[in-house]
Amino acid sequence: MREFKKRGLNLLEEKGKLIRGNGKEKENLLEVKDLKTYFPVFGGVFRKVIGYVKAVDGVSFSIDKGEVFGLVGETGCGKSTIGKTLVRILNPTFGDIFYYDKVELKSGKEQSVKIDISKLNRKELMPYRSKIQMIFQDPYSSLNPRFTVGDIIEEPLTVHRGKHKENKEIVKDLLKKVGMSEEHIYRYPHEFSGGQRQRIGIARALSTNPELIIADEPVSALDVSIQAQVINLMQDLQDEFRVTYIFISHDLSVVRHIAHRIAVMYLGFIMEMGPADKIHNNPLNPYTKVLLSAVPRGNPRKKAKKPPLRGEVPSSLHKPSGCPFHPRCPIAKDICKKEDPVFEEKERGVFVKCHFPGVF
Amino acid sequence: MGKKQRKELLKVENLKTHFVIEEQKAKAVDGLDFYVFEGEFFGIVGESGSGKSVTALSILRLIPDPPGKISSGKIFFGDKDLLGLSWEDMRKIRGNEISMIFQEPMTSLNPVFTVGVQIMEPLIIHRDMDKREARAEAIKMLKKVGIPSPELRVDDYPHQFSGGMRQRAMIAMALCCNPSLLIADEPTTALDVTVQAQILELMTEIKNKRKESAIILITHDLAVIAETCDRVMVMYCGKIQEVASTVDLFENPLHPYTKGLMASIPSLAKKKKRLTTIPGNVPGILHFPPGCPFHTRCKYKMPVCEKVVPELLKVEKDHLVRCHLYNGEGKNR
Repeated sequence: MREFKKRGLNLLEEKGKLIRGNGKEKENLLEVKDLKTYFPVFGGVFRKVIGYVKAVDGVSFSIDKGEVFGLVGETGCGKSTIGKTLVRILNPTFGDIFYYDKVELKSGKEQSVKIDISKLNRKELMPYRSKIQMIFQDPYSSLNPRFTVGDIIEEPLTVHRGKHKENKEIVKDLLKKVGMSEEHIYRYPHEFSGGQRQRIGIARALSTNPELIIADEPVSALDVSIQAQVINLMQDLQDEFRVTYIFISHDLSVVRHIAHRIAVMYLGFIMEMGPADKIHNNPLNPYTKVLLSAVPRGNPRKKAKKPPLRGEVPSSLHKPSGCPFHPRCPIAKDICKKEDPVFEEKERGVFVKCHFPGVF
Repeated sequence: MGKKQRKELLKVENLKTHFVIEEQKAKAVDGLDFYVFEGEFFGIVGESGSGKSVTALSILRLIPDPPGKISSGKIFFGDKDLLGLSWEDMRKIRGNEISMIFQEPMTSLNPVFTVGVQIMEPLIIHRDMDKREARAEAIKMLKKVGIPSPELRVDDYPHQFSGGMRQRAMIAMALCCNPSLLIADEPTTALDVTVQAQILELMTEIKNKRKESAIILITHDLAVIAETCDRVMVMYCGKIQEVASTVDLFENPLHPYTKGLMASIPSLAKKKKRLTTIPGNVPGILHFPPGCPFHTRCKYKMPVCEKVVPELLKVEKDHLVRCHLYNGEGKNR
C-alpha cells in the first residue's frame, strides 16, 4: 500500500500535477473550481456532435473536513452529475477538483499536498478512489444480486488492500456497525428489505475507510419510517468514522436536517450556497425562496404558499440567455435576460448568483 | 365537520382482497370499512405494501385475477354495488363515473398515440361524441389543466411532454367525462416539489369547483395530505389503523404508528438534532404478524397485542383508531 502510494506520488511529481501545500491551510478536504461536465449530443446522418447538454456548467465550491455538504435541486439540475464527476465515474470537461491529502515523502516526512484529481489517470487515481466512496440511490440495482453480502462489502477491500484473512473480520465488524448482524454475511441481497440493502451499501462505502462519502439520494427510495433510521445511521457513522459527506437530494427537508452547508442548483449552476440555517431562514436568491415555499409544510392549518412560478425547468440543451432562472423568475428585469450574474459572496459565507439578491 | 348529513358517495364494507403468491395467501387488503362523502378530498396514507394501491384497484375492479381476488366485501358507489355489477356495466363506470390517475405518467400514457387521441377516447366511448367534438373537448380540457397552447400540444406524443405536463394530461384524461369520483394514486411522487405544488393546487381547484364530486388521494407522504385533504385514513399491513379529519390527525394523532410516522419526518420549520425512528422494517406481505400488525415495532406493546387484533374503535366523533391502548386493555396501564 505504502509502496503504491510512493509510486503514485513520484508519478505525480514527474508530471507536475502535484501542488505542494504549506500544511497550515484550514482543514479543507475538497475544492472544486469552475467545474464543467458536458455531454455531447449527436445528430444528423453522420452522427456529428450537434450540441452539448451542459449538465454542470461552471461550479465552484469547497468542502471542509467533517462537514455535511448538501446539494439540492430539481430533476436535471446537475446535482448527480457533480457527484459522479467527483468520483470520476464521469470525466469533467473543464475545471479542477483539488483534493487535500497528506502524503509521506521519500524522506519519510508527512506533507500536506493538494492534488488535482480531475487530471489523474486511472492508475494515479487508485488511492483516491478508496478515499472517496459513493452511496447510490437505488438499493435494488446497486448491489450485485449474484454476490453474497460478505462479498459485496469485501470487494473494495480486496481491490484496494489485497486479499487478507482479516478482511472477513472487517466485514463482520462493518455489518454490526450499520446495525445488521454477522450471520448476514452469507446471505444474498434479495433476502433483505430496501432499508437493509441501503445499510449494506453504506457498509460497502465505509469498507475502505474513506474520508469523503458522496451519497446520491441515499434515502429517496425508502419508506418514511425507514428513511429516518438510515439518516440517523449516517449521522452516527459520521461521528464515529470522522467522514465528510456530500449529500445529494431533491428533498429539501432531509437536506435541511442533515447538512451543515447547502448549495441550491438550477440548470447546472449553483444559485445559492451557504450555511443551512441561513439558506432556510433568509434565502437571497428568488429561486431558493420559490423552491422552499413549494415544500409542503406538513401542517394542515398552515399550507405551503402557492409558488409564484409557472412552467418547468428548461432543457439544459437550450439554456436561456443571461440568468438561467430569468424565464421563471418573479422579479426578472431586462438585465437578467442579457447578463449572466456572477456567483459571488454577498454575505459572510453566503454565495449567490443573482442580479438582485434579497429583493424578492 | 360543519356541514352535517353529507351524502356518502362511496362506501366500502369489509373489503378483502387477497393474492395467491407461492401457494400462500397474501392478504393485501384485509377488512376495510370506510366511506367517502360527496365533495370530499379523502386521503389514504401508508408505506409501501400497506395495501393502499390495492384498495384503489379494488374499487375499480382492476385487480389482476389470478393471482388476485376480491374475496369478500361490498363497495357501494351511490346506490350501485360495484362488486355485483357485470363486466360490461363496470366498463361503463370506469373512466366515466370513477376515473383514476396513476403514479408514473410515462408508463400509463400510451406512447404510440398522441395525447389528444388518448383524451378523446373516453369521450367517444362514454359520451358518444364524434371525433371533431371530442377533439374540441380535449383541447378545452388541456387548457383547463394549464397546458400552454393546447391547440398545438393536442397533437403531441407523450414523449414530447415533460413530467409535469404528462401528469396534467393524465388529469385532463381522467376529468374529461366529469367523473363523480377521482382516484389519484401517488400523482406527484415522481415530480419535483415546484411541479408537485402546481399539481396539488390544480387538484384542489378542481375539487372546489365541483361540489358533488370527491377525490381520493393515495400517497406515502403525510405532508402532501396536510396540504390537500379534508379527511385521512392511515393504513398499515392491509388494515385501517386510524381515520380522522386532517387537522385532527395532525394535531392529535392517536395510533402509535401515526405518531411514529409524524415524528420521523424531517421538518423544514424546526431543526431537530436527531430524528425519532420507528424500529424494524415493514413486514413482508406473506409475514404479517398475528394480533395487531404493528406490535413488532410498537413501543407501547402489551401482551394482548400479540394475540388479539384490535377493533377499529370510535374514540371521538369522526376519529377512529385500531389500537388496544384505547379500549379497556389500555386503561389498566
